[in-house]
Parts: sequence; structure tokens; C-alpha cells
Amino acid sequence: MSPDLLKLIFGRLGFESLPLHEPIVVGTFAVVALGGAALLGGLTYFRLWGYLWREWFTTVDHKRIGIMYMILGIVMLLRGFADALMMRGQQMLAFGGSEGYLNAHHYDQVFTAHGVIMIFFVAMPLVTGLMNYVVPLQIGARDVSFPFLNNFSFWMTVGGAVLVMASLFIGEFARTGWLAYPPLSNIGYSPDVGVDYYIWALQVAGVGTTLSGINLICTIVKLRCPGMTMMKMPVFTWTSLCTNVLIVASFPVLTVVLALLSLDRYVGTNFFTNDFGGSPMMYVNLIWIWGHPEVYILVLPAFGIFSEVTSTFSGKRLFGYTSMVYATVVITILSYLVWLHHFFTMGSGASVNSFFGITTMIISIPTGAKMFNWLFTMYRGRIRYELPMMWTIAFMLTFVIGGMTGVLLAVPPADFVLHNSLFLIAHFHNVIIGGVVFGAFAGISYWFPKAFGFKLDPFWGKMSFWFWVTGFYLAFMPLYVLGLMGVTRRLRVFDDPSLQIWFVIAAIGAFLVLLGILSMLMQFAVSFLRREQLKDVTGDPWDARTLEWATSSPPPDYNFAFTPVVHDNDAWWDMKRRGYQRPLTGFKPIHMPSSTGTGIILAGLATAMGFGLIWYIWWLAALSFAGLLVVGIGHTFNYHRDFDIPAEDVIRTEDARTKLLAGAK
Amino acid sequence: MSTDTHTAGANGHHHDDGHAHGSFSTYMLGFVLSVVLTAIPFWLVMSGALPSKQVTALVIMAFAVVQIVVHMIYFLHMNTTSENGWSMMALIFTIVMVVIALSGSLWVMSHLNSNMMPMHEMTGMK
Repeated sequence: MSPDLLKLIFGRLGFESLPLHEPIVVGTFAVVALGGAALLGGLTYFRLWGYLWREWFTTVDHKRIGIMYMILGIVMLLRGFADALMMRGQQMLAFGGSEGYLNAHHYDQVFTAHGVIMIFFVAMPLVTGLMNYVVPLQIGARDVSFPFLNNFSFWMTVGGAVLVMASLFIGEFARTGWLAYPPLSNIGYSPDVGVDYYIWALQVAGVGTTLSGINLICTIVKLRCPGMTMMKMPVFTWTSLCTNVLIVASFPVLTVVLALLSLDRYVGTNFFTNDFGGSPMMYVNLIWIWGHPEVYILVLPAFGIFSEVTSTFSGKRLFGYTSMVYATVVITILSYLVWLHHFFTMGSGASVNSFFGITTMIISIPTGAKMFNWLFTMYRGRIRYELPMMWTIAFMLTFVIGGMTGVLLAVPPADFVLHNSLFLIAHFHNVIIGGVVFGAFAGISYWFPKAFGFKLDPFWGKMSFWFWVTGFYLAFMPLYVLGLMGVTRRLRVFDDPSLQIWFVIAAIGAFLVLLGILSMLMQFAVSFLRREQLKDVTGDPWDARTLEWATSSPPPDYNFAFTPVVHDNDAWWDMKRRGYQRPLTGFKPIHMPSSTGTGIILAGLATAMGFGLIWYIWWLAALSFAGLLVVGIGHTFNYHRDFDIPAEDVIRTEDARTKLLAGAK
Repeated sequence: MSTDTHTAGANGHHHDDGHAHGSFSTYMLGFVLSVVLTAIPFWLVMSGALPSKQVTALVIMAFAVVQIVVHMIYFLHMNTTSENGWSMMALIFTIVMVVIALSGSLWVMSHLNSNMMPMHEMTGMK
């Protein structure tokens, strides 16, 4: 075939795009291909495809979508953590003339992929998954406001993740760092597909994130059960509301910045180039207008989880509910006023730097208030050290350290010394792992019995906890030290042999975290095998306080047979105290949304379009775009959007629960 | 597409829950206003009626702002009481965010420009 025709069909894609010269990637590919084939074969052998398609892929049930988000987050955690281990190994070895085992081309992709995956495809899905699962239950709703949109959002997030994963084996990923600053990310300096993979993965996933933000805001504002005024909402719902407001307000900025960058790369505009009036500094400015709210998007729901866990396991009402809510709202606003602290050193001068330095320090005040609220909630409480509470205590200790190094970095002169150093790396891992990751784990172990009807095995949970916590400190405290000594981030080889010991300690820490992750997987497996012993028939295994514990574990499709009526902040606690009796008769048919495959089809087309744009396969991009329009418009003619669960089914489900409850007593 | 998940068993999607829906005349009024507000900037640019380009740009931006307000009132049916005041609250929040992002960016970028772009004067912006 002529090269022109090949180019028309395959764009930039060719055999040389496959990284066959990289033995590490080839080995990984072999393992992934074998594992993937085994998984697909297993699914086919056990005839699970139909079940998965009907019950999971096309579902509009917020609970199942939430669980799928969590699975996505945990799978991507394995990928992102593999990158982390590779970096720790490389930096531990590359001393005294050794080049380590990763070449520069590969190493640069590894640290970029690690950042992108951990933020967009681990932290975001874990947080969104928990919000999706818990928020409708906490507010006594039957689903989110737009159930189909929820399914579509999830699959768009998966589409972005698929593109990032594809870059490992087809072509390459960006070598620019996780925010792809120009001019490095411009076409002149990054002519390969790496940055295009980055752009389209984030654009596809970003659509999902934004829509899911709109969906959850609407749900919280419109679907609260009778009696639940704003100031009676559970704190997790409050933090979710604020997080989704942040998502809706900030993700469009990311979308626009990336769109401008792609215009620079695809059609030769000069928004962020060095010449022709372009300004790379504008990119840095704009992307941090998104980027700083993003870290609060991640951590606010974690704060909500810790609030729920602390009051449940202390057996007390949350101390200072009102101040907690106001602190959350203040953080939401202030998070828009600090973005410049990410580039103090770019040269905006003393007045600008001091303004943003001061706003950054101010933001630690509401955060500190929250910390005291949790402490006072625990004060004189009957604290039960179950796993979620252990993660909460670890969070409180770890996050305070991270917060203090953050305030230190907020001082512009100090930042001039520490900017871009490993001190910064240690700081943000300190707050993201200590805050978001520990929060997600607290949330998983807290709500797991609600989602699956059995508790998680405490032994393997505690193993995981101790490996994670000690591993974290061993991995990142050395980086603080190295950063203070002036070691910059993203280095591949080192000259000074006296630094090596710190990197060895950090690598040991990372290995312990690996054991922590494996223990967690082990915990899931063991809990599944022991599910009969760990069973929760009451629906309220922790003697908890909010509405999600009023229904069964796992909740029925319709969540609540009767919409609850709320009189108190801790609605379920109040109901229990007043001797609430579950209604046993009078069930009616329940109106519910129907499943649809449109979400996954649209997301698949969007992913194909991204792939076409990345590789300049224009026919594929055009065709999938046309497909998006056709399927999207076609879906508006789908009139089978809802159905009624017959009253008999509701009665059967509720009677089964009545029997279970009677058996439990 | 919203399925009102609260009205158990009630099949009707009631459309009457406090939304203002506008009449034919308000839609027409909005349409005419937005066409006029689009036509004037076009005319300004095509005819070069104003002497300075900068003034033209500023006038167009002013028209854009009015255009946004017209859309919000006539097409999005926003007023101070719709959706129990949530629309108004969302609008205020949006304005705060936009003002912060725009004024902040201008402030930051002008400082960066004067501190970090010594070539600026020589190359000149076209």
C-alpha cells in the first residue's frame, strides 16, 4: 500500500509506535495481556457478560455506579502505584555513576503518568464513587436527579482512563509532568502523541466529572426528604455539595485551557507559545485556577467522611455542626483565592505574592477549626477503635503535619527556597495521602457493610492500616529532609552519594505501602469468603446516626420503601431514640428510572474519537463524532425511561427484611 | 430527563413546580433583543464606526455582558425568586468566581508581564 493511503487510514500510528524496544513495557504488556485474557476468558466461561451488561454496565442505579467508580479507582491505584514503585526504585539505584534501570524517555513518562493517574483516575473516582453511593441515601432519595447522566458520567471517566492505559502500549504518554506546562508541551518540544494522550484523556474524563458535579448538586438541592433543611443535612452531604459546586465552577477552566493548548498543537495558534504574542505563563495561571480548587474538591468529601466516622464511633453528636458547615463553605470560596501560591517563583512580584501568601495562610484557619471540632467530638466520647476510626486518627495526625508544611510553603521567601523541591513533593503527598487516601479508606471500610451486606475483615484491615501508615511516614519523611537539602523533584540520576540513604529509606516505605495495598486486596478477598460470619442483617452495623443506616444492607433498588421524614441533624439516631417502628404495610408501587446502554455507547464513541484525534486518524474522529450526535439525538426518542416496581415486589423485599430483623433479635 | 424519584407511584411528570416558563411574546422579545445586541457589534466592526479599536473592543464586551443578562432573563427565566432563590444564589456565586478569576488573572498577568517580559517593548503586540 502506498504511504499516503496508510497515512490516511492509520494517521501517525504505525508499527514503530509500539514500544517494542522497551523490555519493561513489553514485559508489562505480556503480563497485562495474559491477565486480561484470563479475565475475559473467565467472564465468557462463566457466562457473565449478559449479567454484567444488564445489571452493571447499563445500570442507572446510583449505588451500582458508585461501586463501579470505586472499582475503577482501585484498579487505577494499582497502575499509579506501580509507577510510584518504579520511581522509588530508580531513584534508589541511580547513584555513583549508575543510570538506574529507566532511561530518561521512560522515566519522564512514568512520573507524568503517576501524577495524572493518581489525581484524575484514582482520587477523583474514589471520591465521586463515595459521593454517588452515599449522598442519595443520606438525604433519603431514591436516586440522583439525572440517573442516565450519572451512568454516562461514569463511562466517560472510564473512557479517559482507557486512553491513559492505552498510551502505555500504543505510543507513549506525556513527558511533561502532570500539568503539561508549555512551552514544553507545545508541538515544537513535544511533537509525539504523549501530550495528545494527556489532553484527550483529561477532556473525555472531564466531561464526566463536570456532568456528575451538576447531577449531584441538583440531587442535593432538589431531592432531600421532607424535613431535611440545609442545616439538617449530614456533614458528608454538605461537603459533597461544596465539592460539586467547586467541580462545576472549576472544571470548565481546565477544559478551556486544554482546548487552547490543543489549538496550539493542532492548528498552530499561539496562545501559549514563546513567540507571536503567546504567553506560557498564562497557561500556568489558568491551569492553577482549576488546579487549586481541585485539591479541595478531593479533600472536602474526605473531611465529610471523617466527620461522619468521628461522631459515629465516638457515640456523640458532631461537635460544632454549624461551624463545620461554615468552615466548609469558607474553604470553598477561599480555595479560589490562593492559586498563585503554586507559582510564587514565576515573578509576579512582592505585592501579588504577599496577597496570595496571606490568603493561603488564612485558609488554614477553617481547616484548623474542623480539626478542633473532630477533637472535641472525640472528647469524652466512647470511642470505638474500629477500622474507619483508626484511619480517622491517622488522618488527624498526618494531615496536621502536612498542613503545617503547607503553611510553611505559603511564605513566599520560604517558597523561593523550597519550590520544585522534594519538600513540596513530601508536602502534597502528606496532605493527599493523609487526607484524601486515608479518607477514602475510612469511607470504604465505613460504608462497605452498607454496600455489600457484610463487614470487612478487621485483621487484614489492620494489617493494611499499619503497613500504609508506617509506609507513608518512611516514604515521605525522607523527602522532606532531601527537599530541605535542596534536592529538586523529577530527577533521574544523582551525583551526591550521601543522599542515597534517604532514597533507600523512601523506597522501603514505598514497599511497605505496597504491602498495605496487597493487604487491602487480601482483606476484600477474605471478607468475601467469610461473608457469612461478617454478615450485617440489621442495616446499622456501627450504631450510626445518618439516614443511610435506616435502610437494609445492601439497600433495595428503591433505597427507602417510604420516604423518611427528618426532624434532627442525626436523623437516624433521632429515629432510633424516639422508638421508630419500620412500616410493615401500605406499600405502593415505586416509580424508578430504567437502565439504558446509551451511556456506555456514547462514552465508547467519545473514547474512539479521542484516539482518532491523538493519532491524526481523522476519519475515525469524524465518524465517532457523527456517531456521538446520532446516538445522542437517538436517545432523546427513547421513551422507555421509567418503570414502576410493582407493590408485590416491594412487599416481598420488605417482608424478607422483616424476617431478617426478627432473626437478628 | 429527570425522573422525579420522590413521587412514588405517581406517573405524571408535573411541569408546574415553580418554574417560570415565559410566553411567546417574552421569547420573541428576548430573540429580538439578542439579535439586535449581536448585530450592533457586527456593524461596529464592519463599518469601523468608532475611531479606536480598543474602544470598539470595550463596547463589544459591554454588549456581550448585556447579551448574557438578556439570555438569563428571557431564555433561562431567571429572577430573584425562581427555584426558591437558588438561581439567584448560583448567579451570585458565579459572578464572584468569574470576577475573581478574571480580575485575578489580569492582575497576576500584568505583574508577570512587567516583571518577566523585558522583550515586550521590542517585539510589540500586533
